Amino acid sequence: MTRVVKNRSAPAFGLIAALVLALLAANPVQAGAGEITIAAASDLTFAFKDLTARVHKQTGNSVKLSYGSSGNFFSQIQSGAPYDLFFSADIDYPKKLEGAELTEPGTLYEYATGKLVLWVPTASKLDLKRGLAVLTEPSIRKIAIANPQHAPYGRATVAAMEHAGIYDQVKQKLVLGENISQAAQFVESGNADHGVLALSLAVAPAMKEKGRYVEVPSEDYPAIIQAAVILKSSHEKETAQAFLKFIKTPASLALMAQYGFTILNQIAGEQNHESAPN
Amino acid sequence: MMDWSAIFLTLRLALVVCALLLIIGMPIASWLSFSKWRYKFFVESIVALPLVLPPTVLGFYVLVAMGSQSPFGRWYQSISGHAMPFTFTGLVIASVIYSLPFAVQPMTAAFGQVDRNLINASSTLGASRLRTFIRIVLPLSLGGVVTGVVLSFAHTLGEFGVVLMVGGNIPGVTQTVSIAIYDHVQALDYAGANHMALLLLAFSFITLSITYSLNRRAGIFYRPYRDSALRPEVGFAKTRRH
Repeated sequence: MTRVVKNRSAPAFGLIAALVLALLAANPVQAGAGEITIAAASDLTFAFKDLTARVHKQTGNSVKLSYGSSGNFFSQIQSGAPYDLFFSADIDYPKKLEGAELTEPGTLYEYATGKLVLWVPTASKLDLKRGLAVLTEPSIRKIAIANPQHAPYGRATVAAMEHAGIYDQVKQKLVLGENISQAAQFVESGNADHGVLALSLAVAPAMKEKGRYVEVPSEDYPAIIQAAVILKSSHEKETAQAFLKFIKTPASLALMAQYGFTILNQIAGEQNHESAPN
Repeated sequence: MMDWSAIFLTLRLALVVCALLLIIGMPIASWLSFSKWRYKFFVESIVALPLVLPPTVLGFYVLVAMGSQSPFGRWYQSISGHAMPFTFTGLVIASVIYSLPFAVQPMTAAFGQVDRNLINASSTLGASRLRTFIRIVLPLSLGGVVTGVVLSFAHTLGEFGVVLMVGGNIPGVTQTVSIAIYDHVQALDYAGANHMALLLLAFSFITLSITYSLNRRAGIFYRPYRDSALRPEVGFAKTRRH
């Protein structure tokens, strides 16, 4: 009788054990040569899709992208997250990481300045010329912005609203996206009436067809200076350097400009000889 | 477009986790169903805690426990050379804790239903407790064990909050299917999100259907009285005749 029991269960357990061993031994996450993982601020979602495709085509290096809010990446990197490069939507987070000696010295690079836009779906009849003040209209129920606690665009948005003197009036209507891309998704899907987004998202094809936007005057909020840095823990520093170099080429800068980023030519020229001519 | 690296990663995570839970879960479940300790309910509560705890609470504590501030985190870093959060190993540990009740509870229930007379008979005949467990208890409660394994597998496939907190969102390392869906939606790639979501939906449904059909037919995994020798009253009578 016991033999019957034994025969029934033994193969099953043997199979499971073999499977576990095989899986534990398997290591599919082998970072091949020339592969980097970038923690990228989510305002880069569309621009970097194009850019990394070009990088792959021209250099053969592959780039894995993780999008999110810069503040979230900042705390992840402090806890040891294995990224090679960090493209922040502001310069404070990379500088703080530099201060904590978590970055590769001398690699901090201000790659662009971001812009805020007020975005409405096509169906909306609001007059965008009125700027942020239009948000006080009683017909508006939900305004999507990025979370000011850990997203630089969210902080800039709150600053612009305070500058316009409407923050206290609209505070109750704000819907916070985890990052600026989620805020864009909230309005794009029609779940929020309005959004204060990054220009780089508003010009992307997926957003462009669905609504219209107006730029928030850049003097109304502190400049969103965006910086990138190579992380000390990176095992692919050369590939990361190559990527930074690539992003400083005139063609890449032009692409970034197409996506609504203001390129800091001076700084780009100072830090990188290749792109100095323009 | 299917995100194969996320799919493969998720399957690997779920298989490793349910295999580990099979190994960890059975001793816990058998202790829970056979122990007569008066404070057993404390252990039962701890095991069931992930069922009611928000994933963020669990994720937060796991993250803190793995971080470089904690002794455990530092110890891991000193032997492996890198921090545990945002790695596959970190995800496995977090998922094992998170899915523990899904493995242990069905097993405990199944072990508890095994006829005590059989266990006692086995002991009287001189079998050790381990031998009794392997030869008597386990075969009679295989249905519950399989349910536990399948549920923990399915639960790990779909977890989100804990993975996001402990694993971040790193393609190829910690980006599971559910995180990839979240990512696709944020990038306004609804088609991509839809493909992955459909896959998870189909997979979850199929997994549950298999589990329930196995439990219903009870023929494959759970047939306590198929052998007349095992049927207490008839069985003993038969044995006596020999």
